[in-house]
Amino acid sequence: MSTTTTAPRPGTPQPGSTRIQGSSAKPVTWKIPILLAALGLVAFVFFGLMGPNQTAKFGISSAGDFFQLPVIEVPAFLAGIVLSVVLLGLAGYAVYLKTKSQHVPRWLPIAFIVVFVVAFLIWLVGGARTPNISLAGLIAGSVTLAVPLVFGSLSGVLCERVGVVNIAIEGQLLGGAFTAAIVASITKNPFVGLLAAAVAGALVSVVLALFSIKYLVNQIIVGVVLNVLVSGLTGFMFSTVMQADPEQFNSPDRLPIVDIPVLSSIPLIGPILFRQSVVGYLMYIAVIVVWIGLFKTKWGLRVRAVGEHPEAADTLGIKVNATRFWNVTLGGAVAGIGGSFFTLVAIDSFTKEISGGRGFIALAALIFGRWNPIGAFFAALLFGFADNLQSIVTIIGTPVPSQFMAMLPYLVTVLAVAGLVGRSRPPAASGIPYVKG
Amino acid sequence: MTEKHKHVADNHSKKTAKSSGTDDSGNATNAADAPAPAEDTAAAVSLDTAGGAMGPSAVPVSAQSGTLPGGPDTLLRKIFTGSGMVSLLAVLLALVLGGLLIASTDERVGATATYLFARPTDFLLAVWNAATGSYVALFQGSVFNPRGNTAAAQFAPFMETLTIATPLITAGLGVALAFRAGLFNIGAQGQIIMAGILAAWVGFALHLPLGLHLLLVLAAGVIGGAIWGGLVGYLKARTGAHEVILTIMFNYIALYFLRYLLNTPAFQRPGETNPISPILDPTAVYPQILGTQYRLHLGFILAIAATVLVWWLLNRSTIGFEFRAVGANPKAALTAGINVPRATILVMALAGALAGMSGVAQVAGTEKVLTDGVAATYGFDAITVALLGRSTPWGTFAAGLLFGAFRAGAVQMQIQTGTPIDIVLVVQSLIVLFIAAPPLVRALFGLNPRRKKTATAGKSTAAAITGGAA
Repeated sequence: MSTTTTAPRPGTPQPGSTRIQGSSAKPVTWKIPILLAALGLVAFVFFGLMGPNQTAKFGISSAGDFFQLPVIEVPAFLAGIVLSVVLLGLAGYAVYLKTKSQHVPRWLPIAFIVVFVVAFLIWLVGGARTPNISLAGLIAGSVTLAVPLVFGSLSGVLCERVGVVNIAIEGQLLGGAFTAAIVASITKNPFVGLLAAAVAGALVSVVLALFSIKYLVNQIIVGVVLNVLVSGLTGFMFSTVMQADPEQFNSPDRLPIVDIPVLSSIPLIGPILFRQSVVGYLMYIAVIVVWIGLFKTKWGLRVRAVGEHPEAADTLGIKVNATRFWNVTLGGAVAGIGGSFFTLVAIDSFTKEISGGRGFIALAALIFGRWNPIGAFFAALLFGFADNLQSIVTIIGTPVPSQFMAMLPYLVTVLAVAGLVGRSRPPAASGIPYVKG
Repeated sequence: MTEKHKHVADNHSKKTAKSSGTDDSGNATNAADAPAPAEDTAAAVSLDTAGGAMGPSAVPVSAQSGTLPGGPDTLLRKIFTGSGMVSLLAVLLALVLGGLLIASTDERVGATATYLFARPTDFLLAVWNAATGSYVALFQGSVFNPRGNTAAAQFAPFMETLTIATPLITAGLGVALAFRAGLFNIGAQGQIIMAGILAAWVGFALHLPLGLHLLLVLAAGVIGGAIWGGLVGYLKARTGAHEVILTIMFNYIALYFLRYLLNTPAFQRPGETNPISPILDPTAVYPQILGTQYRLHLGFILAIAATVLVWWLLNRSTIGFEFRAVGANPKAALTAGINVPRATILVMALAGALAGMSGVAQVAGTEKVLTDGVAATYGFDAITVALLGRSTPWGTFAAGLLFGAFRAGAVQMQIQTGTPIDIVLVVQSLIVLFIAAPPLVRALFGLNPRRKKTATAGKSTAAAITGGAA
């Protein structure tokens, strides 16, 4: 039924409210200006007025870099004041646009987020016991932690764009991680493990596709149950097979880190772009391929048509359910590759629940990235950044408890789906099975 | 609501509900262009406007109200193709598959498989022994242990089953109640945690007289769950955000909030570095109802009471009728004058309150302390419990008992046969998958009555399981 889409559909009156959420001509609302102003004030009070009176030091270059850049030293108090004034200025501009009944341009919230994150970081480091972190390490670590998230959210994009809700990302990641570990251990070849991970993710997806497309079982139910099933299966096999003989079944070789000579020595971006594992490089390729595929090819047009209006797509001769089936399967394979990151790149063995809820963060990244591969990529990076900060704040000793850093992605997502941060609109037919005729 | 009004609304929602199966996307697109029906005109709209223009339905009306779909079929056919039979076969199938999984990792099976073609009977016997051995241990650990010395010891496993079933039942009721109103409450986990936090704090921080203290612990937990659930309902009603995403995110927010609290002086046990709270006062815990040799506590009685209450609420009260109407067809419910946002908030708050009872059962009944594992996986299991129970109160109760038995027995099974507890997760999720797809089960057992109708059958059962949420 129409009530089971993943998020609000502007244009369709929601069951929960009588108010119309606007279709093509969306009325200019006060929501964004007010939110920005509130966040700006928070920044001004906490990062500015109550800011720490220390100098935050950010190392940019790492030891082996091409050339060395000096450490950036930022007086935290002053930077807090300046940046929060910039934030208030941006908020003021949004308010000004509202009074002129103009839409807030897309760059404004993005610029606001970037400045806010920078101000937050300076405040965080400035207030720490040892106000000194390596920016290069922070960013490189964020990208590394974001790898499974990016693959997971790409899987979500592929599935939801074709009209199937994928709550089973967690299961696909976990299945991929497990299969990668066991196959790579048996064959002694991590690349075979990588391939097997993709197959395992695809298999989880085939079950999702079979039940939701052929048997018309509610997609959310199948997704939730599949997560439990994969968790049970991998846990069972881990306890029986892997723990009985870890040498043979749970000691995969790691995928090598491929270092592209000269380029990887560029400060900051070098390690991110040119010193990655195979999975890391695949991530960049996958994001670009999925984006081009979805928005620049005939295939993508068909996929999106099926996800937005299956009846119309069917009328034009597109096989709706077949398209859905193959897309969901492909999505599973992508998430499976992401899962292999846990056991072939991050650490070299499988443990129970190794994905630790990252499938749900990927789901959050998908929504925050507005069902767009590029958006999902940056959202996943942001969440990876939060994840990485969480471990760093415990090391350098900041006033913010690490648990709140861990909570951040989820809070941000709640704000996003509640419509406070722009509009998050899922594909119109997402979650609705298609029955021909 | 008056009797007459109720009758009109009933007809109304049923009629529109009928069409929702087939005309759904058509409705959605129409509605996108047209403004939503204003609430004030709703009362004036006559009965025919909603149902009149729309085509016949794929979803039988009976499926919407949660009763079993009846038809012109013979009794025998009904027994073999009805949903009760499907449930039974689904459980059987899941157990068989689980047994095969157990056998596949068994050493004896592996040894006999090497000479499979020489003596296949050895292999089959080994498979049978591995599977049944585990299941017998499961049964002995959950229902009746013949090796116990006294009758009390023999029935101790069953008492353990009831103890573990208690939080499953109440949280499952919360999920089921939301299902009936068309809402997916994936957030029982978070609601249990929030309830656990509040109940535990009242339990160890306040020192009150016997009776009053426990009452306050219960109230604190129920309110904590209700707020956490109601917040989701409020956000959904106000902003249209989807409750699945909201509840998943709220689960994690609650978990990290709990982990934070357990590291603060207010919650951490003095002199302890582990994240564990002080033990609850003796006045704050549920009394053990069958003596001190069993862990079974008052929470189980409350779970029965909650089941009765939810049954009454859904089937006998006006507000329950509104919930079901909203679940069957929110647009029709809105047109019939039901305050849908209010129903959404209320049903989520009630679902949270029920899950909150699970949180109380955990901290004041079974565990008596607050740790970050307070909710274990009860919140997620509650979803499968509600699905297996087809979102009816007594069905959920029975499903809670079954899964409680699995959980209790699995511990014994692991000790006796070495089969990991995780097998329970596999069997549990397979059961729900099969129950959700009756055509698959019927096809596997060769019971498919009418091949052409598989699509329709799938659809109607989905509605029956979730009571309209599907």
